[in-house]
Amino acid sequence: MSLELVCPAGTPSALRAAVEAGAHSVYCGFRDETNARNFPGLNFSPDEMIEGVRFAHAHGAKVLVAINTFAKAGSMDAWKAALANAEKAGADAVILADLAVLDYAATHHPNLRLHLSVQAAAATPEAIAFYADTFGVKRVVMPRVLSVEEIAKLNAAINVETEAFVFGGLCPMTEGRCSLSSYATGKSPNLTGVCSPPEHVAYSEDRNGTATRLNGFTIDRFGAGEQAGYPTLCKGRFVAGGKTSYLFEDPVSLNAASLIAAFAKAGITALKIEGRQRGKGYVTEVVRTFRAAVDAIDAGGTEVEVGRLLAGLVEGGRQTSGAYKKTWR
Amino acid sequence: MPEVEKSSKMTKTGLTLGPVLFNWSPDRLRDFYARIADEAEVDRVHLGEVICGKRQPFTDGLWPELIERLQAAGKQVVLSTLALPYNPRERKAVTDFCEVGEIVEINDLTALPSVAGKPFIVGPFVNVYNEGAARFLAGRGATGICLPVELPIASVAIIAGELPEVEFELFAFGRLPLALSGRCYHARLHGLHKDGCQFVCDRDPDGLPVDTLDGQQFLAINGIQTLSNGVEAFCPTPDELGKLGVRRLRLSPHTVDMVAVSRLYRALLDGRASRAETLAALKELNLPGELVDGFTRGQPGSARVEMA
Repeated sequence: MSLELVCPAGTPSALRAAVEAGAHSVYCGFRDETNARNFPGLNFSPDEMIEGVRFAHAHGAKVLVAINTFAKAGSMDAWKAALANAEKAGADAVILADLAVLDYAATHHPNLRLHLSVQAAAATPEAIAFYADTFGVKRVVMPRVLSVEEIAKLNAAINVETEAFVFGGLCPMTEGRCSLSSYATGKSPNLTGVCSPPEHVAYSEDRNGTATRLNGFTIDRFGAGEQAGYPTLCKGRFVAGGKTSYLFEDPVSLNAASLIAAFAKAGITALKIEGRQRGKGYVTEVVRTFRAAVDAIDAGGTEVEVGRLLAGLVEGGRQTSGAYKKTWR
Repeated sequence: MPEVEKSSKMTKTGLTLGPVLFNWSPDRLRDFYARIADEAEVDRVHLGEVICGKRQPFTDGLWPELIERLQAAGKQVVLSTLALPYNPRERKAVTDFCEVGEIVEINDLTALPSVAGKPFIVGPFVNVYNEGAARFLAGRGATGICLPVELPIASVAIIAGELPEVEFELFAFGRLPLALSGRCYHARLHGLHKDGCQFVCDRDPDGLPVDTLDGQQFLAINGIQTLSNGVEAFCPTPDELGKLGVRRLRLSPHTVDMVAVSRLYRALLDGRASRAETLAALKELNLPGELVDGFTRGQPGSARVEMA
């Protein structure tokens, strides 16, 4: 069976670009704290969502709506509205993480197809069976903990679909289980749908070059003439045990294109491309290349060339296949 | 007199010693818990390896004698399960712990099927960010919930207010558990992989400090876990806790004199010591980092304790 390519759509124009470039599905969110890419200038109004779903469906593509943050205590209205608006727009599924939102969706929107977000970090047959049996979840996005071999074994032990990230940004921490950003800044993915938020970022120059800081904490330093990268907390350089290193993760992004055939063999249903913050030019290029790769693998071709094809798309060119290979750990 | 205030004076606030998060040897654990049993002013003690399944074979055989030792000293024992189980051995460890017969703290929903029909406690690694999630878990048998460390205090009050039947607990002392990963940072720092880690995390019984390039104390690593460098010191008055609806505080074990820490918190919760006195006394101890309490004040978690 063909792998489904799930592509990012941070804006209506990125949605159209992804669909036209060959996305089988796109995922997107509403313009508020209900989705984990709550950045200025991104996301959809309820009307834009209706229009986006209409466009995608007219082109044979599906729309998955991410409502994947944890509802704020005492004010669940935004999450309830997001579920209602997703159903009204005709979304093919909603991607959820919070027990309260899952419970509400299962009770009040029985016709909505539920996917479990990576933010829920369900990595075992027991946890996945719980979500499937309790809320009727039909697909689980794999946490970035498991190797391809482990995902294959997991797929044999569960009866819902799995979706795995294949390309784009990479969290070295288990998503949905990380409060590093709020420790430094007060804002985090689980609390506010953001990580290392731009309003806390400062680039300061001194005689040694440029320091990038997050709410006063130095995340990295760059020499004169070096391009100073964005201070994402877990991609910084730190000192531990007398050693200076990229302790958590190098400034790399995920590229598991060389594993597409292995993903298919492991029984994975869908491959996900990260990057709702990306512009439509990037989306078009990445989606087109991955669609070609998926089609080629589907037709029995080899995957070796595919990884090289994509290498030029990433800033700095440094890539990793992450936890999918056990040596990453 | 308002109902809440009255109840805060009538019920003694519980004090929990959380699970040891670090890779301590069986001998160290045995000595530590013997002293806790005899001298610590905590009414509940959590046992179990929560962070890394690879450490479990070293301590598995130890728990039965420690359960007995602590119970004989009048402590309630809770067994804490792994926060990020994924391989078959770790999953089995979770199931096995749930079958011992003691009350269990779940730190991942993997444990939920194993506690079906039994009362259980929800640990701070489970995402309970609102009253809906708390109510759902209470409906499954959760009698106590230790809320996530980053949860704003305003949310704590709302959740606890909605569910008076659940005993809510806050992480009050120790390096804050901030993140988990599939990757072992101790192994990575030492040029090793997780599968061949040589258990190098045992060299850092309070975690290994992680400083910024400008020498700021920032984080600490403990195998696959990242903690704060700062030591949380949430020191509320009994009235403040009563208003929040929180009935229990958690102290997280470190190499510092935990008996002394427990006595300071007991005195604070009983109204025998002020917040300022408690903080001043905590500062005198041999702590691994500066005192922080930002999360409980709606600030970044790294915000330092204001002594005044």
